[in-house]
Amino acid sequence: MSPPRSLFDKVWEAHTVRELPDGQTQLFIGLHLIHEVTSPQAFAMIREMELPVRVPGRTFATVDHIIPTDSQLRPLTDDLAEQMMVALETNCRKHEIPLFDPASGRQGVVHVIGPELGLTQPAMTVACGDSHTSTHGAFGAIAFGIGTSQVRDVLATQCLAMAKPELRRIEVTGKLGGGVYAKDVILHIIRRLGVKGGVGYAYEYAGPVVEAMALEERLTLCNMSIEGGARVGYVSPDETTFAYLKGREFSPKGEDWDRAVAWWRSMASEEGAAVDDRVEFDGAEIPPTVTWGIHPGQAAGVDEPIPQLSEIADDDRPAFAEALDFMGFKPGQPIAGTKVDVAFIGSCTNGRISDFREAARVARTGKVAPGVRTLVVPGSQEVARQAEAEGLDEVFRAAGFDWREPGCSMCLAMNPDKLVGREVCASSSNRNFKGRQGSPTGRTLLMSPAMVAAAALRGEVTDLREIL
Amino acid sequence: MAEKIIERVAGRACVVRGTDIDTDRIIPARYLRCVTFDGLGEHAFRDDREQAKGDHPLDDERFAGAKILVVGENFGCGSSREHAPQSLMRFGFQAFVGGSFAEIFAGNCTALGLPCVTLAGGDLAALMDSIDLDPSQELVVDLVARTVTARIGSLAAGIRDGTRKALLEGSWNATNQLREAGGAIEAVAEALPYTRGFQG
Ligand code: SF4
Repeated sequence: MSPPRSLFDKVWEAHTVRELPDGQTQLFIGLHLIHEVTSPQAFAMIREMELPVRVPGRTFATVDHIIPTDSQLRPLTDDLAEQMMVALETNCRKHEIPLFDPASGRQGVVHVIGPELGLTQPAMTVACGDSHTSTHGAFGAIAFGIGTSQVRDVLATQCLAMAKPELRRIEVTGKLGGGVYAKDVILHIIRRLGVKGGVGYAYEYAGPVVEAMALEERLTLCNMSIEGGARVGYVSPDETTFAYLKGREFSPKGEDWDRAVAWWRSMASEEGAAVDDRVEFDGAEIPPTVTWGIHPGQAAGVDEPIPQLSEIADDDRPAFAEALDFMGFKPGQPIAGTKVDVAFIGSCTNGRISDFREAARVARTGKVAPGVRTLVVPGSQEVARQAEAEGLDEVFRAAGFDWREPGCSMCLAMNPDKLVGREVCASSSNRNFKGRQGSPTGRTLLMSPAMVAAAALRGEVTDLREIL
Repeated sequence: MAEKIIERVAGRACVVRGTDIDTDRIIPARYLRCVTFDGLGEHAFRDDREQAKGDHPLDDERFAGAKILVVGENFGCGSSREHAPQSLMRFGFQAFVGGSFAEIFAGNCTALGLPCVTLAGGDLAALMDSIDLDPSQELVVDLVARTVTARIGSLAAGIRDGTRKALLEGSWNATNQLREAGGAIEAVAEALPYTRGFQG
């Protein structure tokens, strides 16, 4: 019998076109997703090289980063945004690439719509000019974030030149406590392994906690692999995956479905498959987690204080000092009780229906504190429809939250949604870098959507477990 | 079609200290509202520079005209935006020397023909200090010899074999190389059941 193999090895092999002279692998890319920010230059490059899009049927487009979340009426009020929108429309029309724009009813953040349309499937290779492409790994796809020159490579050849990363299996054992979500799990992993701990690795998430996660939670988990330095993160497909995919617009139907499931099963990681490294976490020890610094590894349990200098490794001390200086925090200060000015719920990390259901549970318990600005931004038009059908938009409005149109919104503030000055934002997104949310001096605290809702109600960082 | 062969980059250097400098700092998102990379040079480190009010290394006259950027650990982490290396390239940098680089950033650099080489911690610290003391000195990032040479001597530099080879052979524009596979691409595609919609 052949030795047990990981999904990663099997998918890599099935998509290998050849070994390149420089030692990298030429990998076939099964699904290519594009958006308005990183694609126009790539289309310009293939135009210059006089090359067509090699396989138009495997590329899909949407618009998310620049789209305003108050009014999406055309032309967009921001000229530059309108120009980017027109460039995407023109390129898609010319190369026969389906574009999910607001008029299509299927627009949304690229990493929300790929999964919900059933475009992302197990054992595929997925690429997108966006670092959070790792999200799609939740289906057991091998998904890479790429730069614009690589978008050009995929458009022109449907392939990428990739060095094969090593494989690290991260097992989360036991059970999560109440008020602890996939967001907390990934923040905890990054806090422990560091923001560059995953460089050179693909992460396979496994263990009882991951197996018990719904698909949308797995999307959150895989989404932030890149924040831990790993370009790829995935969960091997199982019944949860198949159940999620069944009946989606681009999912196989009828007998094709049965053949698909059989193939997906055959590609799943096998018991005892070889990995290069293995790390284990106890789910019961993971607290609701909040970042206090300027990268996602600078995080603590909501009931813990910000560390003391003495707890920080020598190498990390300058970064620690820089972070506290920027944030205006002191070592040893509790993170709970930090005043917040803005609450943002949305993004490709936490902008799905289950995220809004959890946040709405909290919102039902009170009213937004005076002076807190809120943005509740569905990840896609489909999420918005579903939330509205369930009456969640009304729950948020009744509690004083601002329910908006789908897009990336204040995750990166390339649109009108921005922090002002040194505002502190409780955010369900993925990056707390300096300037990330649109103000060079704005401050971001990452946490789960339910924790953001709790912070909005109390006007300060709050241990969700006190509310629920 | 081969690209330019890159064996070495020689020139004065600029030092930007700090670990985990992310792509939002290298180029803040609001400057990504563009359909070409032209003009991105002026936005390199835009927010950091404005906050430093002229006191940022990129505005330091002693470093003016530098071709090599010397940085700390995990440089370029964060987003996949190629706008980051594009803006640094358009600012005038042709090579990066650092403690370590985030993967997507390093890959984007290779695709632009910009080498990223790493130095051991002690060497990097010594090099940074030496450049700060004497910014007029010339550095040589030598891919053939795998060294970074400066006034303090010749330091062993790390670079992934494949990347080094691609730069040395001028094969760093991957599109050309990938196209050479020809029909093998379609052959792999056809063997994957999902490209046929799992039809029997
Ligand atoms: S939601 Fe944020 S992280 Fe996700 S794709 Fe949009 S900008 Fe990027």
